[in-house]
Amino acid sequence: MLKNIAAVCLLAFAVTPALAQGEKPEKVLKIISSLPRTGSANAQTTTMVNGIQLAIDEVNGKIGDYTIVYEDMDDASPQRGNWDPAVEAQNANKAARDESVIAYIGTFNSGASKISMPVLNKAGLLMISPAATYPGLTKPGKGEANEPKIYRPTGKINFFRVVPADDLQGFVAAEWAKDMGVKKVYILDDRELYGKGIANVFENHAKEIGIEVLGREGIDPKASNFKSLATKIKAAAPDMVYFGGTTQNSAGQIAKDLHTANATPKFMVPDGCFEKAFIEAAGAENVNGSAYITFGGLPADKLTGRGAEFRAAYKKKYNLKENEEPEGYAVYGYEACKVLLDAIPKAKTKDRAGILQAVSETKNYNGALGIWSFDENGDTTNTTMSGNTVENGEFKFVKVLGK
Amino acid sequence: MIVSQAAVSESVAPVAMGWGDVLSQQLITGVSNGMIIALIAIGYTMVYGIIELINFAHGDLCTLGSFLALTLVGALGMEAWAGLGGTAAVITLLISAAVFCGALNWTIDRVAYRPLRGKPKLALLVSAIGCSFILVNIALFWGGLPMEVFGGGNQAAAPKDFPSLISNENLLGAKSAITVTWRDLFVVIVTVPLMIGLTWLVKSTRLGKAMRAVAQNPTAAALMGIDVNRVIGSTFLIGGALGGFASVIYALYNNTISFQMGYRTGMDAFTAAVLGGIGSLPGAVVGGIVIGLVRALSDGYIEARWTNSVVFGILILTLVFRPSGILGAKLREKV
Repeated sequence: MLKNIAAVCLLAFAVTPALAQGEKPEKVLKIISSLPRTGSANAQTTTMVNGIQLAIDEVNGKIGDYTIVYEDMDDASPQRGNWDPAVEAQNANKAARDESVIAYIGTFNSGASKISMPVLNKAGLLMISPAATYPGLTKPGKGEANEPKIYRPTGKINFFRVVPADDLQGFVAAEWAKDMGVKKVYILDDRELYGKGIANVFENHAKEIGIEVLGREGIDPKASNFKSLATKIKAAAPDMVYFGGTTQNSAGQIAKDLHTANATPKFMVPDGCFEKAFIEAAGAENVNGSAYITFGGLPADKLTGRGAEFRAAYKKKYNLKENEEPEGYAVYGYEACKVLLDAIPKAKTKDRAGILQAVSETKNYNGALGIWSFDENGDTTNTTMSGNTVENGEFKFVKVLGK
Repeated sequence: MIVSQAAVSESVAPVAMGWGDVLSQQLITGVSNGMIIALIAIGYTMVYGIIELINFAHGDLCTLGSFLALTLVGALGMEAWAGLGGTAAVITLLISAAVFCGALNWTIDRVAYRPLRGKPKLALLVSAIGCSFILVNIALFWGGLPMEVFGGGNQAAAPKDFPSLISNENLLGAKSAITVTWRDLFVVIVTVPLMIGLTWLVKSTRLGKAMRAVAQNPTAAALMGIDVNRVIGSTFLIGGALGGFASVIYALYNNTISFQMGYRTGMDAFTAAVLGGIGSLPGAVVGGIVIGLVRALSDGYIEARWTNSVVFGILILTLVFRPSGILGAKLREKV
């Protein structure tokens, strides 16, 4: 009988979170990641999740008396084969309601961040993105006039990213194009937040440095082919085609149709295509030596210091072969989680507000991506970028790009 | 810098294109795309003509045809079949996909539609939507099979590269500004005889006569001794087989397949069928080619992002002034 009463009491505590606070039998800090698990971005996501898991395993899943619990959520749906606004909203609401959640790692797509940011901001929940790079998410004046205010209803900053934003990437991409001797460019975008944003940055800087922009168009990402567009581009005769967009939005098909039409030798894309799925979708023969991919960091085998340690640990834990490398974003997943785990001991209170405060104060952090800080907008101070191409169906590092 | 050298050495000096060349090229692209749409549109229009059902599963049926083709390419190592072998490979794919899609479409009718004959039309429609979802998910599963052609099956939903079994060489010579490739020609070579054959079948055979009779009045046809269910089954079989041909042509022409391709292609084909006059076979062909051309010209001369608006704008205008479509006969009131 006594046991039953105790059980009822426990149950009562469990269903009234306000009472249960501070009296939980088990001290749990929960981390959620919301990344696309269904669709071609899944390969990237798997390596990011592996990175997150590696960071948690390095502290044996415990910080002080607290157990770290991690849940890997999918923000994509089979209907879209891509991130889905409805699923992302569900994930964010679920995380906001669960009191034990202290951090939300995500998103992969900038458009998805746009949806979860206001929800999590109201909940005062820390959000760290390993991959969303649209500038307007954090930087005033770099996106629409009302950005990033609309994502921060409370006025406080809760969104951080460990990856440099596209105002840098688009900028260095245009510089790189000029270095290669490109004089005339044709710009396409997938009409999504990320793709259109980076194409805008590229276009503006290309004009500033004297590259002629022959045309600028938004595509229909679900079209069966782009042969008519390829003909139009061929007639305009640019030295390079720049596509602001992702693998999921037909980057491969565009490369293929341009190659088929013999329209242009050079095709440049941003980091949304820096994944093997891009080469597979395009067919290696259509991108070998002609595709140029910018990436907001260094490929795993070019990382040094803590980064090299990460690469070794990752390859060992996930049984990668000698010649296999983690995909580009693995280290960002790792870093996003690592910077959080390292901030938790410094937090005065081990709750959402305390941990958010501790992470926002990260300065001169010695991590896998070098020594960096979070600036006043929540952006990383890191600016290292790389330019890559494709050789024999594999990505090949060309050079470090920097502002 | 190594990179830019590589790129320069690879590039062929681009041939300057005049406005006439560009226009011709767009028309060629438009007709090729339009033929593929037309072939799928026939599947919609045949089924609608005979049982007044918009068979939403038809586009996704074509997806499965493409997946079968890619599986065969991988399993039989068709990329290595050179010369005449290449032709044999293409013929094998066309026939296998046609048989497969025909049989599958017949089965779908037998299992999901036939028990609903004579029931409210809405039940049939919902059943068709359900079949569409089932087929999409089968394709999603299929793409995850551990085969090399499916990227090892690690990424079930990723678009799959379909090997170029048909040469992309310019038939007008490398110097020509206009490009007509074997692929463009292939679309026409396969599609036109199929359409002629179908017209002959419907116009001149016993089965065709029976199909027309059932389309006009199923009850009267049954009273005249026609096995209505068999005729409807044959219609699904033929429509599915044409979809199978279309799926292989699509895969060889675009070189990419994905589990979602049927949705968009199906939507285009359905629009084509309505534009041409649903229930009319020549209408589906005309509608398909019109949509292919409009898409190409809109992509080429307006802007890619407006293309869908232009296509559907034309559809609405056509239907306002000719409610039964371009070639549609005056129809009885249909839902």
